[in-house]
Formats: sequence, C-alpha cells, structure tokens
Amino acid sequence: MSELSDLYQEVILDHNRSPRNYRKCDECNHHSEGFNPLCGDHIWVYINLDNDVIKDISFQGSGCAISKSSASLMTSILKGKSKTEAEELFGKFHDVVTSRIGSEQDLSTLGKLAVFAGVRDYPARVKCASLAWHTMLNALKDQSELTSTE
Amino acid sequence: MKPDILTAEAVTRQLKEFDVYKIREDFPILKTKVRGKDLVYLDNAATSQKPQVVIDSLVNYYTTMNSNIHRGVHFLSERATLAYEDARLKIKEYINAISACEVVFTRGATEAINLVAASYGRQIIQEGDEIIISAMEHHANIVPWQMLCLEKNAKLKVIPINDEGELLFDEYINLLSEKTKFVSVVQVSNSLGTINPVRQIIEAAHQRNIPVLVDGSQAVPHQRVDVQKLDADFFVMSGHKVFGPTGIGVLYGKAELLNAMPPYQTGGDMIRYVTFEKTLFNDIPNKFEAGTPNIEGVIGFGAVIDYLNKLDFSLIEAHEHDLLEYATAKILDIDGVRVVGTAKNKAAVLSFVLANIHPHDIGTIMDSEGVAIRTGHHCTQPVMQRFCIPATARASFALYNTREEVDKFIGAIHKVIKVMG
Repeated sequence: MSELSDLYQEVILDHNRSPRNYRKCDECNHHSEGFNPLCGDHIWVYINLDNDVIKDISFQGSGCAISKSSASLMTSILKGKSKTEAEELFGKFHDVVTSRIGSEQDLSTLGKLAVFAGVRDYPARVKCASLAWHTMLNALKDQSELTSTE
Repeated sequence: MKPDILTAEAVTRQLKEFDVYKIREDFPILKTKVRGKDLVYLDNAATSQKPQVVIDSLVNYYTTMNSNIHRGVHFLSERATLAYEDARLKIKEYINAISACEVVFTRGATEAINLVAASYGRQIIQEGDEIIISAMEHHANIVPWQMLCLEKNAKLKVIPINDEGELLFDEYINLLSEKTKFVSVVQVSNSLGTINPVRQIIEAAHQRNIPVLVDGSQAVPHQRVDVQKLDADFFVMSGHKVFGPTGIGVLYGKAELLNAMPPYQTGGDMIRYVTFEKTLFNDIPNKFEAGTPNIEGVIGFGAVIDYLNKLDFSLIEAHEHDLLEYATAKILDIDGVRVVGTAKNKAAVLSFVLANIHPHDIGTIMDSEGVAIRTGHHCTQPVMQRFCIPATARASFALYNTREEVDKFIGAIHKVIKVMG
C-alpha cells in the first residue's frame, strides 16, 4: 500500500485549491454532464471544437479533490489538442489509474497525468479520477445526456 | 429509558457499570490492524461488526446441521428446522410480537419494505390515495412507495424536517387526511441520527385507522424495541445492522394484516398444494418465505438475539450517548466543521462536513489513520438536497466504541485538514 502523499500529490492539491478553466466556455459547441452517484461528484464539461481541434475546454461542478483536480488538469492538457489526440490521452489516463502502465519509464511519457498513478492503490477513487475524462469523451461524441461512472 | 432524562449521577454510575473493554473482547475483528494502526471502526450505521458467538453459530450450522428445512424427515433436516424456527421464536420474544407467525424472514429491511409495498400496498392503494413518508427516509423507504404511487396514480406526501433534522410533527398532522392510506417512517435516521417520535406518529395515524410501517433498522442496535407498545402495524429490521449476518432481515406484521395479504413471491416453502389448475398457499409466516430461505442467516440472527439478551440496553444507551456528546463537543472545537443533524433526541451518529474539503477526501485520509467512516449520501439523497450538500462524512458509533477511539477520530480530522491544507 502506498503512502497517502502518493495520492494527494502537491500538483493534485494545487489544482484542487485553484482549479484551472473552471467556467462555462463562451463559444462551447459540445458539452456533457457527468455524475458519480456513489459519492455525488457532479461535473459539466464544455468544449469548443473547431475543425476537430479543441479550441477551448472548461468545466464546472462539485466534487472531491481527486475529481476536481483531474478535471482541471485534463482541461489544461487538452486545450489545442485534436479530437483523436484527446481520445488517445483518455486511453493513456485510463491506463494510468487502472495500473495498465507500470514502469517509471512509461509514466514519464505521461507528463502531468502521471500524478494520478497514486489513484490505482485506492480502487474506490478510480471513478473520481476518471469522471471528467468520461464526461469529456461523451461531450466530443455529442452525447449530452448524463454520464455515469457506475 | 432515554439517557437524556437520566440525572448526571445516574449516567456516571451506569458508565461505571458498563465495561466496554469486556464487550470489545466479544468482537474479534476489532483487533484488526489497518496499515499498522489500530482499526477504529466508526461505520456502524452501514453495518455492524459481529460477535464471536454469531460467527460460531454459522460455523456450527454448517458443521452440525446443514440441510434443507421444513420438508425433510431425516435427522439433519429436523435439527436445522428446529434451529430455524427457534430463531423465529427468539425474535418474536425479543420484539414482543404476540405470535411467532408475525415474524417473517426476508433478505433485509429493504426487501421487507418492498414486500409490504408490493403485497399490502398494491392491494389497498387506489387512484388518488396518499402515502406519507418522512424527508429523512433511506432510499429503501422512498422508492418502493414511489413506484407504487406511479403504478396506482397515488400521491407520495413527505413530512418536512427542520434545520436540526427533526420531523415537523404539526406538518405531519396536517398531512393526515381521508386520502391517507398508509404511513411509513424511519425510527432512527441513518444519516442524521434523529430519533423520531414513532409512537406518537402511529397514534395519530391510528386515530384515522391508517396503518403504519416503522423502519427500525437503525434503532434496534441502540435500544430495545417493543412492537406491541409501539402498536406498529409493520416493523422492519436488518440482521447485519444489529451484529448479525448480512442477507437476513425481519418483517414483523400484525397477523390480521399478514393473513389478508397476497403472497409476494411464489414457490417453495410458501406453497401448500399445487395442481396445474390452482395453488393453495401456506399460512403465515411461510406464505411470505418463498424458496429455500437463508437458513444460516436466520440461525445467526437467533444467536444475535441471545447475545442482545445478555446486554443491558440502558447501559448501552448511556454509553453511546456519552460517546456522541464527547465526539460532538470535540468536533465542534475544530474550525470549519459543520455538524449535519443536531436533533435533541439523537442516536450516536455524527454526520459532518468540513469547509472546502470533500467528504470523499476526508474518508480516504482518515482511512490512512485506521479510522473507518462512511462518506457519501448514505442512501438518503433527499436529505443531502435538504441541507444543500452533495455528501457528508459520517461517524456512527456502536456499543463497542470507546472514548479513546473518539480521540483517534478527532486526530484523524486534524490530519485531513493538514493534508488538504
């Protein structure tokens, strides 16, 4: 079992305290709502997609530090990325939190997303970390109905 | 007798008589180490721990009498049937039912409520009728009635609560009318700790001949219950909340009501005679116990009753009340803490929120200190909506918890605040 500090890393705490892109984006043409019924994490993701490029992405909602910082980091990372890149990053993120990426070397290719590797030791929290990403994916697919991690 | 009407000297005397460390010896799991630290188990409202005698009863069942009940003529079947029916008798005595046939075994309190809604409810509720519940019900005492109302085009009426989490009794009286056909209320709230005046609720309903179901799941671990004194028409409880196994619960119903109700599920023990043309059903309680029941669970429940019978609940109430008072005073000393549920008459449940820290983070960080609490909506989402919060962190105490554990719990909250900055 890892140390608690592996879960609550400084980057995570920082994004929790001052979440980036916490707003409704002005010219959003894609959006989706996500809900984690287990703990009540609730999130809205807004995307302005221009020629399959994420021109702007933002979020609003309420949730635990893990879900909030994950949403915040996700929006920071995805801005300017193409739809395909976003989908690929979703896959990588999923692998990070579910232990499919093991070695330090693999983690190093993930940049800031690597801070969520600590989540894998807390199975109950994997859903918190991935809620924003699932919601983002649904927004890209134009599925505006509620995303649930259940 | 409620601890809050005892004199201070009486409480002190009772606390002296109550040896919590001796009680702890009965519960082997309490010796568990969590990441090198002593387990502090404060999630009793979700499920309670089991004394060794209950664990032994399950082993004993499978070692000495495992067999199907009621129809076997062989030695083991007779032995198992006897133990199964003996447990029913013990529960009958414990809750002071008039007859053992009023004790129906279910999978839990949830199934018991669903049984009443589906069988009794469907039989009596008609279009335009009203069913009253309270604003602090567990989902299990909301949704079955909601479904029934949807099916019958009836209305679900909700008794509101105040900011302390107490039922507004006058509002309840105002809700009662000719249209009211059923009342279903929780005795002790799992998320707020509020102890409801169920006896008065029943009395008011009975003046209009309205039957009442009491969800006693959270009451039974903390106080003695007497269904005749309450005059409850239905009373439900769950084995695992009261130191028994999971997957077993009890529906108590007045015999005249149970007799008039149609079966809930069919097959197995609930059958008397079947041809392809028609079926005769068994008498109560078997009429409501379709299929091979949870025999080990029933026997385990019986062992729980034996255990409870050796306890003095006036001492337990005083002990738990002391833990609650002690924990509440300490937690209110911490900046940014808000206690949710501050009813005057309250069971040992402490729901709280910390400013700017989500309950889920509280739960994970406390766990790193070995302190097990629950975080979330506790299956009472309407209560969370009432208090405009997504979730709470909840410490719920049982007879085996100690003041030292409260200290560790408070220490863990300080750690939460430190980590989350």
